[in-house]
Amino acid sequence: MDLMTILQVLDSTVRLATPLLLACLAGLFSERAGIFDIGLEGKMLAAAFFSAAVASLTGSVWMGLLAGMAASLVLSGIHGLASITFRGNQLISGVAINFLAAGMTVLVAQDWFSQGGRTPSLMGGGRFEGITLPLAETLRDVPVLGPIYYELISGHSILVYVAFLTVPLSWWILFRTRFGLRLRAVGENPAAVDTAGVSVIGLRFAAVAICGVLCGIAGAYLATGLQAGFVKDMTAGRGYIALAALIFAKWRPWYALYSCLLFGLLQAVALRYQNIELGGLVIPVQFMDALPYILTVVILAGFVGKAIPPRAGGEPYVKER
Amino acid sequence: MTLMQKFLASAAAATLCAGAAVAEPALIFDLGGKFDKSFNEAAFAGAKRWADETGETFREIELQSEAQREQALRRFAENGNNPIVMTGFAFGNVLGEVAPDYPDTKFAIIDMVVDAPNVRSVVFNEHEGSYLVGMMAAMASESGTVGFIGGMDIPLIRKFACGYVQGVKAVNPDATVIQNMTGTTPAAWNDPVKGSELTKSQISQGADVVYAAAGGTGVGVLQTAADEGILSVGVDSNQNYLHPGKVLTSMLKRVDNAVYDAMTAGTDLETGINVMGVANGGIGYAMDDYNAELISEEMKAAADEAAAKISSGELTVHDYMSDNACPVE
Repeated sequence: MDLMTILQVLDSTVRLATPLLLACLAGLFSERAGIFDIGLEGKMLAAAFFSAAVASLTGSVWMGLLAGMAASLVLSGIHGLASITFRGNQLISGVAINFLAAGMTVLVAQDWFSQGGRTPSLMGGGRFEGITLPLAETLRDVPVLGPIYYELISGHSILVYVAFLTVPLSWWILFRTRFGLRLRAVGENPAAVDTAGVSVIGLRFAAVAICGVLCGIAGAYLATGLQAGFVKDMTAGRGYIALAALIFAKWRPWYALYSCLLFGLLQAVALRYQNIELGGLVIPVQFMDALPYILTVVILAGFVGKAIPPRAGGEPYVKER
Repeated sequence: MTLMQKFLASAAAATLCAGAAVAEPALIFDLGGKFDKSFNEAAFAGAKRWADETGETFREIELQSEAQREQALRRFAENGNNPIVMTGFAFGNVLGEVAPDYPDTKFAIIDMVVDAPNVRSVVFNEHEGSYLVGMMAAMASESGTVGFIGGMDIPLIRKFACGYVQGVKAVNPDATVIQNMTGTTPAAWNDPVKGSELTKSQISQGADVVYAAAGGTGVGVLQTAADEGILSVGVDSNQNYLHPGKVLTSMLKRVDNAVYDAMTAGTDLETGINVMGVANGGIGYAMDDYNAELISEEMKAAADEAAAKISSGELTVHDYMSDNACPVE
């Protein structure tokens, strides 16, 4: 395996990891505040559709991005209403959102575009193009570092850089600001936060809204960055892999980055090589596809350090009994 | 209130009559969805052509999950729809169970053989069409490396791949064919993101023509091929128009003709196995304004010559499904 091949696989890893990373961080904010969210998949799907639809109608990918975020926020709002205000079961609400998004996107798409649940292909300004970072062309000939910079770091769409910058930002917000401290506290012991005179409901809604925005970016990246349009069910389970990555990362931003990159790498390798031979042993591609889930189960079983979810996760907060 | 009741009663009577009056044919689409721009869409086109020509109507359903197969079949059969046409190999097992329960209803299944007295099994010689587009791909390729991207890893898709490889090797025995399958679950038919990544990976390995036999995933393959400036080959329906000047040709599988024929025959549908191949126009490759400049005289001549030889039986393309093996890699 030469340097170029490795770079191409890593390049593919970055592209595949980006939607996972955004969705994973979205889940991180929500779950740190005590709201379990298995509706990541549905929110991404809705965002993917509305971003592609609006981008194709207006011809502007930025309008598309805003529409995607708005659609995802609306679903987040529904989830918040059901699980925070009405104290419903968070898992059921999340499942409902997944079903709602899967059905609604195709229905609306068919009504608007009559192309069988798809949007028209996006052209020109309707897509996020890859951006070439400064000096990428000039540095290209520098041995080793040049190709790494040109192939791997430069040339992605802007949302990829946004996703990677969101990691330190999330860390800073969660662990270095007052808002972050309160947000984490509300996921561990909401009664204490309430005693301190801070609104549990408000904090949880804020967390769910952040989750909506990030899922919106993830969905828009799928439909307008990686692809040129929406196809039904195009998230293809990425929301669930993001959840697995979140558990694998033990609800921490930096670990979320590593686990998403790891899962992205597994996918990229599986796509590049159908079967991998390791010293006479052939690893089938199906095993690579299943590996993220296997790793998550291993982590959950406590083999590699225990993953402990936020203590108040999944519990609606009742002020007084 | 009485007036309302009358209205309701007559409305109910009207619906009942509409259901029972004539044996409407029914069409069941597989999980890829009615507008997959490919296989199911071709079936829909055939049914629509029949409806437009005869002025009659047909019932249809798009499946949302595996569990609906039997339910949809039985529902149409109970409803008196006849014949019932379904697209996709995945109906095989279910139809085998359901068909004996409705001996008076005729069924037509595409892409699968079901042995029952009231079933017509339409199978296509996809390997022949894939052979033809494989030849054209090899002639269009400058790098000597071409790619194949399949959807779900099933024998049927391997049959496409195997025919394609044989066609490529017939033109250029030294050519390399990179083969990838998208996945092993039905989700593999609808994952354009993976399709794109596979295409990029094949391009980086030198491929300059890719053939996608992957349903909705193929949309991503064709898109990426067009973005990266290489050629692609569409499948099932004519997909040349999706990216004018970037899609070399499409392997045509005339599912529309199969559905049209079945609906035209109506309740007199002839049962048994019906093989559609190059010889009887069931399989071919697409030529239109969108790809006219991409296809040289030489390529067309070679493909047409091979098609004639296949029709006459002079040339046999190996069918992967006959022995689950492919003689060339």
